[in-house]
Amino acid sequence: MTQLPATTAKKLGLVIDLDTCVGCQACVTACKGWNDQGYGVPLSDQSPYGSDPSGTFLNRVHSYEVQPEAGPAQIVNFPRSCLHCEDAPCVTVCPTGASYKRAEDGIVLVNEDACIGCGLCAWACPYGARELDAAAGVMKKCTLCVDRIYNENLPEEDREPACVRTCPTGARHFGDFADPTSHVSRLAAERGGFDLMPEMATKPTNKYLPPRKKAAPDEASLLAPLLDVQATGFAGWLDRVLGKI
Amino acid sequence: MSLSQPVVDTSPSVSDEVRKTTCYMCACRCGINVHLKSGKVSYIEGNRDHPINKGVLCGKGASGIKQITAPSRLSQPLRRVGPRGSGAFEPISWDEALELAVAWMKPLRETAPEKLAFFTGRDQSQSLTGFWAQGFGTPNYAAHGGFCSVNMAAGGIYTMGGAFWEFGAPDWERTKMFVLFGVAEDHDSNPIKIGIGKLKDRGAKIVSVNPIRTGYNAVADDWLPVTPGTDGLLILSLIHCLLEAGKVDLGYLAQFTNAAYLVDSTDGPTKGLFVKNAESQPFVIDRRTGMPAPWDGKGVEPDLGAVWQGHRTVFQHMAERYLSPDYAPETVAAAVGIPAARIRGLAADLARVAFDEAIVLDREWTDFRGNVHQTMPGRPVSFHAMRGISAHSNGFQTARALHLLQIVLGAVETPGSWRMKPPYPKPVEAHPTPHFEAVPGKPLSGPHLGYVRSPEQLALKADGSPARIDKGFSWENPFSAHGLMHMVIPNAAAGDPYRIDTLFLYMANMAWNSSMNTEKVMEMLTAKGEDGEYVIPRIIYSDAYASETVAYADLILPDTTYVERHDCISLLDRPISEPDAAGDAIRWPVVEPDRDVRGFQSVLIDLGARLGLPGFVTPEGKPLYRDYADYIANHQRRPGVGPLMGFRGNGDLTGRGAPNPDQVQRYIENGSFFQAHVPEEAAFYKPWNAAYQDWAVAMGFYESPQPYLFSIWSEPMRRFQLAAEGHGHPQPPDALRERLKVAMDPLPLWYPPYGETAGAAYPIHALTQRPMHMYHSWGSQNAWLRQITGKNYLYVPTKIWREQGFRDGDWARVTSPSGTITVPVAHMAALNENTVWTWNAIGKRRGAWALDKDATEGTKGFLLNHLINELLPEQGDGMRWSNSDPVTGQAAWFDLRVRIERVEPQAIVQPNFPTLPFPGGRA
Amino acid sequence: MHPAPSVIVFTVLSGLGFGFLTYLNLGLILPQGLGGFLAFAIGYAFAIGGLIASTFHLGHPERAIRAFTQWRTSWLSREGWAAVLALLATAPVALGAMGGARPGLLGLIAALLCLATIGCTSMIYAQLKTVPRWNHWTTPALFFAFALTGGAILSDLAVLSAVLSLGLTALLAVAFAQGERRFAEAGASLASATGLGAIGQVRVFEQAHTAGNYLLREMIHVVGRKHARKLQTIALIATVLPAAILLLLPGGLVTVLLALAAHLTGAFAARWLFFAQAEHVVGTYYGKR
Ligand SMILES: Nc1nc2c(c(=O)[nH]1)N[C@H]1C(S)=C(S)[C@@H](COP(=O)(O)OP(=O)(O)OC[C@H]3O[C@@H](n4cnc5c(=O)[nH]c(N)nc54)[C@H](O)[C@@H]3O)O[C@H]1N2
Ligand SMILES: Nc1nc2c(c(=O)[nH]1)N[C@H]1C(S)=C(S)[C@@H](COP(=O)(O)OP(=O)(O)OC[C@H]3O[C@@H](n4cnc5c(=O)[nH]c(N)nc54)[C@H](O)[C@@H]3O)O[C@H]1N2
Ligand code: SF4
Ligand code: SF4
Ligand code: SF4
Ligand code: SF4
Ligand code: SF4
Ligand SMILES: [Mo]
Repeated sequence: MTQLPATTAKKLGLVIDLDTCVGCQACVTACKGWNDQGYGVPLSDQSPYGSDPSGTFLNRVHSYEVQPEAGPAQIVNFPRSCLHCEDAPCVTVCPTGASYKRAEDGIVLVNEDACIGCGLCAWACPYGARELDAAAGVMKKCTLCVDRIYNENLPEEDREPACVRTCPTGARHFGDFADPTSHVSRLAAERGGFDLMPEMATKPTNKYLPPRKKAAPDEASLLAPLLDVQATGFAGWLDRVLGKI
Repeated sequence: MSLSQPVVDTSPSVSDEVRKTTCYMCACRCGINVHLKSGKVSYIEGNRDHPINKGVLCGKGASGIKQITAPSRLSQPLRRVGPRGSGAFEPISWDEALELAVAWMKPLRETAPEKLAFFTGRDQSQSLTGFWAQGFGTPNYAAHGGFCSVNMAAGGIYTMGGAFWEFGAPDWERTKMFVLFGVAEDHDSNPIKIGIGKLKDRGAKIVSVNPIRTGYNAVADDWLPVTPGTDGLLILSLIHCLLEAGKVDLGYLAQFTNAAYLVDSTDGPTKGLFVKNAESQPFVIDRRTGMPAPWDGKGVEPDLGAVWQGHRTVFQHMAERYLSPDYAPETVAAAVGIPAARIRGLAADLARVAFDEAIVLDREWTDFRGNVHQTMPGRPVSFHAMRGISAHSNGFQTARALHLLQIVLGAVETPGSWRMKPPYPKPVEAHPTPHFEAVPGKPLSGPHLGYVRSPEQLALKADGSPARIDKGFSWENPFSAHGLMHMVIPNAAAGDPYRIDTLFLYMANMAWNSSMNTEKVMEMLTAKGEDGEYVIPRIIYSDAYASETVAYADLILPDTTYVERHDCISLLDRPISEPDAAGDAIRWPVVEPDRDVRGFQSVLIDLGARLGLPGFVTPEGKPLYRDYADYIANHQRRPGVGPLMGFRGNGDLTGRGAPNPDQVQRYIENGSFFQAHVPEEAAFYKPWNAAYQDWAVAMGFYESPQPYLFSIWSEPMRRFQLAAEGHGHPQPPDALRERLKVAMDPLPLWYPPYGETAGAAYPIHALTQRPMHMYHSWGSQNAWLRQITGKNYLYVPTKIWREQGFRDGDWARVTSPSGTITVPVAHMAALNENTVWTWNAIGKRRGAWALDKDATEGTKGFLLNHLINELLPEQGDGMRWSNSDPVTGQAAWFDLRVRIERVEPQAIVQPNFPTLPFPGGRA
Repeated sequence: MHPAPSVIVFTVLSGLGFGFLTYLNLGLILPQGLGGFLAFAIGYAFAIGGLIASTFHLGHPERAIRAFTQWRTSWLSREGWAAVLALLATAPVALGAMGGARPGLLGLIAALLCLATIGCTSMIYAQLKTVPRWNHWTTPALFFAFALTGGAILSDLAVLSAVLSLGLTALLAVAFAQGERRFAEAGASLASATGLGAIGQVRVFEQAHTAGNYLLREMIHVVGRKHARKLQTIALIATVLPAAILLLLPGGLVTVLLALAAHLTGAFAARWLFFAQAEHVVGTYYGKR
C-alpha cells in the first residue's frame, strides 16, 4: 500500500509552538510511555543501565541556539517527531507495503507485521522521524496516537495524542488541517506556521510556530522623575508624591 | 498484494484498572492515573481533575514506570559489615533492624536526647518527622530547607507573611507582565509551566532575569543576563526609579503595610524600633486628624508623610534610602551587568503595566478595619523567584528587596498580581518560635523550627553556645527557619558545638550531590577518632534506592517507592493549595511492594511506639497507630485538626472535625486529593480581608483572625541590629557584630555575596541549574531519563571560550578556592559573559544507582559540589564562617567563583572515587 | 550514512554478477559446455550472493517475500522483481549456452532485465532526496559503470574493459568532486531544518539525547576528511589499474584475476565511500553531516 492516497478526507497533525516549548521533555517520555504498551511492539531500550544506553523514541526534543544579527543569542527548544507528510517519501520507498498513509485521516503508519526492517523508509525521511527498533527489528514511528484519538475506551477529552495531553505549557496542538476553521489551521495561519525543510518537497502536515520576536523594552526612559530630587531635596519630593493621594 | 489498508484497532482496551494517586517523581505532587494490567503498572498519565497538574505530567512524571521498576531499588534492611563507605552490607530482618535502631536510640533518649540528630531531605512528611523528633526530645531536627531555599521562605514570611517557593503563585489568569528572577524549574514545576502556557496564549509579557537563557528563560520575551549575586542591587535600583517618578502605590502602602508606622529616632536601645502606644502597639498618624490612631482603626487614613515628636515614618526612611544616587541605574549598571537604560526601561514597563493597565474586579469586600470596598483594584504585574536569588549569601535581603518591589507596586494579593496559597498568608507572629531544650526522657516543649523575633528566642545554651548541632538559630544565622542541613555532618565531625552519637537521615543524598565539599564529607563520614571509633558513631539511613549515601550508613531502612505506600501531603506541611483553594492529598499503595521494604513513615511510627515516644503510644504504652494510614486518619495536632482537612467527622466536615476512620478511603475515591475553595469575596487581599480571615479560622489554619501589615521595615531584624550595636541581652560574639549590623538591616539592602572574598584569582561565576526532566539524583536510575541526559558539560560563554581557545570536545580544569575538577566543556552564547554553568546532580559516583561502573554518569558526568566549600575562607581572627546566608543560614551554592583552563580531552572526569558495589549484593 | 558491510558487499557483488550476466546474455562472449556452465554459475553466484548478503541488513529477513508487493512505487521492490526475472530469464540462455546455442532474443530480454536490476539498485539510492550526494545522475551512472566494467573484465574483453575502466575512473572523479557540493546544492541546512534561519545563525545547543540512537548509528557517519581523500585516491587508482593490466600484460586467467582484484578493490573502496561520505539531511538536526 505504498501508493499515497490522492487525497485524504482529514489531515490530522500537530502544531508545535516554538515560542512556548520550554524543553521539558514531557512529550518525549509520555510518548514513550504510551507507545511502549500501545500500538505495535514495545519501544525497546538496549543496555538501559549500561555505559552506552540506547533506545527507541518516537519524539525527541532538541535545543538550538540562535544568534540574531543584533541582540543576545536565544535558545529554542525543538520537538521533532513524524510530520505525517502529504507527499511522504517514507511510504513510497517501502518495498513491502508496511508503510502507508491512511486515506481517511492522512496518518502515516507502519504495519509492523509486514515490515521487513529494511530501513529504507528511515533513509527516505528527512526528519529522522523513524527509528528501527533494535529488539523487534521493525520500524517504529509516531502513530499520531491512532490508538488514542479514536479510542472509545478513553473519555472523549482524552482522545488526543499522549504528547499533546501531557504538554504542560500547551505548546502542542492536535487537529485537522483539512478543516480551515480548526484550531490548528487557525493557529498555523495566524502565527505563521511553517514547514520544516520545504526543499525536500514532502509537504508536512505538522506545522511549527516560530518564536515571537524577542524585544527589549523601549530603551528610552519612560519614567520621567517627578521632579529633580537633587534640586528640591527629599522634602520637595515627599510633598510632590504625597500630594498625589 | 492487497490494495486496501490494514485494519487498525483504534479502540484497544487501555488497561484493566485505573488507580488515582499522587506523583512523586518530584516534590510538585501532581495527580496521576496509574493504569494496571494484570496487577502490574502499565501506564501512568496525569489526572485531569487534579488541581496541581490538570492532567499534564512533566518528563519525570511520565516516566515514573521506569522509576518504580528500577534495578536500583533496595530490597531488604541492611546492616553494615565492611568499613563505612565500602558498601559492604548483610541483609537482616525488619525485626532485627528495628531492634538495632531502638538499641541505639533508646539510651540516648534516656540520657542525652540531643545526641540523636534526625535530618530529612526531600520528603513531604515533615509534620510527622518533626512531631517524632519533638517526641524524642532532640533539638537536632530539620528538613532540607536550609540548603534549599530558606532565604525565599524566610524573606517572604518576614516581609509579607507568605513566600514564593510553592506557597504562592502569579494570578495566571489576569497578569499582564510576569518577571522571573533566577528560576530554572522550581517545586511548582507543572503549575509554572501551565501558567507560562496561559501567558503565552494571552500574549502577556514574560521577562527573565537570569544569567542563563534556557527553559522558562528561553521562552521569555525579554532577557536580562544579570551578574550572579547582584539581583538585590538591580531590584533596589528599580525601586529607585519608581520612587523617583512617584510610581508607587501610596494607598496600598498606607493601608496594608507598615509604611506609616513611626520609627523611633531616640538614640539608645529603642532606636529604630516602632514607636508604641501604652498598649505596646505601634500606631499611625491619621491624615484626617493629624493625631495618633490605631493601625487597625476603622476609617483611619494612615499618613505616610507624618513626623511625630521627631519620629518619621517607615515610608520616609525607605524613600530616603532608595532615592539615594547609590541606587541610580547609572551607579549600579556595571555591577549588575545590565545597561542603565535597560534598568530604567524595565522600571518603566513595570510602572506602565501596574498603573496604566491596572485592572478592577467588581467584587465587594470588607477589610479588617471594617472599611467596605466596592471593588478589588489590581496591579497586573507578577513576579516569581527562586534559588537564583536565594542560593546566595545575600539572598535573604535580596528576597526582601524583591518583595518590597512587589509591595511598592501594590502587586501582592491584588488581582493580576502575585497571590498566596492557603494556609498563607500567615504573619511571622502566627508562627512558632524555635524549641530546643533537651531534657533526658522528655519530649521537646514545642516544635523545633520557627520564626525568631528577637535575640532572646535564639537557640542558645546558657553559655551562649549553639544548642543545635547545625548551629541553627544562633548568632551565625539567627533566622534559620529551616535549619542548616548542610552543616550537620561537618559540625558533627568537628564536634563543634558538640559531638553526637547517632545520625538518622531520611531521603537525603548527603554523601554526594546534596553536600558541599562532597569529598570532604565522605571523609568526615568515615573519619575515626583516636579510640578507633567513628567520629560520628552511628548512622541510620532510609533510602528507597542504591544512592551514594547508602554506602555510608550502618543501618539501612529500605523504603518503598511512591506507588507502594501511604503518604500525606498535608496543610500542616507543604500542601497542594492554589490561591483559590486549600488543597491536600495522599498517596496510597496502588501496588504492593515485591520486596521486603516498608514505607518509612510507618517504620518511624513503629520506632516511635517501640521507643515509647509521646504521641505514638497509648497511656498503657501500646502502639497508638497501626501504620501511617492509621496515623493520617486519626492523629490530631490540635483538637479537630489533623493531617488531612477533607472528609472529617462523618465525612461531611472540612478543615475542623473529629477524625474519620474512613478518611483515607474517601480520599482514594476522590482521586487522592481534596480541595476547599476560598469564597469569591475572600479570594484577594487575603491578609486584610475579613471574609478570608474568617474562612481561615473556620478551616483551622489559626484560632482567631490574624490580619497584619506587610513589614517594609522589619522590627525583628532591627532588634538584632540593636544587639550588634551593644544593646540588650543576649549579646553576639564580637567577631559577628559588624556582619550582623549589615545583614540585619531592617530595610532591604544589598551587599556583595561572600563568595566575592575568593578574590580576583577566581573571576568567573559558576552555577548549576536543574534539568526539567531530572529530579536531583533520582533521574539517573531511570532508563528513559538517563538517555536524555546521561552526562553533563560545563557551559562556557563565548568570551571565555575564545580567550581560552576552546574547541568542541575539549575539557577544562576548573579551580575554586577549595578544589579542582576536570570536566568536559561546551560552548553557549546565551549566557552571562562571566558565568559558566552545568546541570545539577547528573554526575554520579561510579557503581551507585545500580548503573554500570562505566556509565557516562560516572565517567563524563560531574558535580560542581566538589568546588563548593561549606566554610568560607578564614577571617582575620582565624574564624571560618559557614558558606551560608548570615541571616537564615541558607547554603550559598551560587556564590561559587572559579577560574578555568583548557585541557586536552580526557577519558574520565576528576575527581573520581572507588566504584561502589550494590548494597547487600544482588539477589 | 553508515557503511554497512552487508550492503556494500551486496551492491558490489550483485552489480558485478548482473554486469557479467549481461555480457553472457548478449552473447558478447560465448563460453560453451562446462565453460559456459561455469561462467553462468559465476554470474549467478555473484548476483545471488549479493542478494543474500543484502538480507543480513534486514530486521525480518523471513518476511522478505513481501518486498515484491510494492513495485508500483518502490525501487527496492522493483529491484526484487527485476532480479528474479533477470535470473529466471537467464536460465534458458544459460542452458542453451551449455548446449552451444546462441542467446538470441531471449538473451537480449535477459540482458535488459540484468541492466534493469542494476538500474533499480542504483535508483534505491539515487531517488533519495534526503541524501543529496546520491540524489544525482552520477549514482546510476556509477552503478552501471561498475557493473559493466566488472562484467567486461570477468568476460575477458580486454579492450572494452580498458575503455570502460578509464571511463569509470573519470566518472568516479566527477562524482567525487560533485559530491562535495551536493549537500549545499540541495539546500538542506540547520536553518531550513529548524525554520529558525530567519532569526539568525542556528547552532546545536544540546542534542535531544546524550545517549546514542538508531539515527545516529544509521544515518550520521562522520568520516575524517584526510581518511576520505586517501580512500578516494585508492579508488581512483584501483579502478584505472585494470586498463593498464589488461593492456600491458599478456592475456590469461592470471591477468584477468589481477585486473578483477584491482577493480574490486576500487569498487569496494568507492562503495564504502559512497555510503560513508553520503550525508543524510537528518544530520543537520544533530549539527553533524
Ligand atoms: N525538575 C526538577 N525540578 C525541581 C528540582 C529538581 O531537581 N529537578 N528540585 C527542586 C528543588 S529541591 C528546588 S530547591 C527547586 C529549585 O528550583 P530553581 O530555583 O528553579 O533552581 P535552580 O535550577 O537551581 O535554578 C536556579 C536558577 O537561578 C539562576 N541563577 C543563579 N544565580 C543567579 C543570580 O544571581 N541571579 C539570578 N537572577 N539568577 C541566578 C540559574 O541560572 C538558574 O536558572 O526546584 C525543585 N524542582
Ligand atoms: N551544586 C549544587 N548542589 C545542590 C544544589 C544546587 O543547586 N547545586 N541544590 C541543593 C538543593 S536546593 C537541594 S534540595 C538538595 C537536594 O537534596 P537531596 O534531597 O539530598 O537530593 P536527592 O538527590 O533528591 O536525594 C534524595 C535521596 O532520597 C532518595 N529517595 C528518593 N525517593 C525516595 C523515597 O521514596 N523514599 C526514601 N526513603 N528515599 C527516597 C534518593 O534515592 C536520594 O538518595 O541538593 C542541593 N545540592
Ligand atoms: S511537553 Fe511541551 S513544553 Fe515540554 S518539551 Fe514537549 S512540546 Fe516542549
Ligand atoms: S516525517 Fe518522515 S516518516 Fe513522517 S511522513 Fe514525513 S517523511 Fe514520513
Ligand atoms: S523498514 Fe519496514 S516500513 Fe520501512 S521501508 Fe522497510 S519494510 Fe517498509
Ligand atoms: S502523537 Fe503519539 S506517537 Fe506521535 S509523538 Fe505524540 S505521543 Fe508520540
Ligand atoms: S512535576 Fe512532574 S515529577 Fe513532579 S509531581 Fe508533577 S508530574 Fe510528577
Ligand atoms: Mo531544594
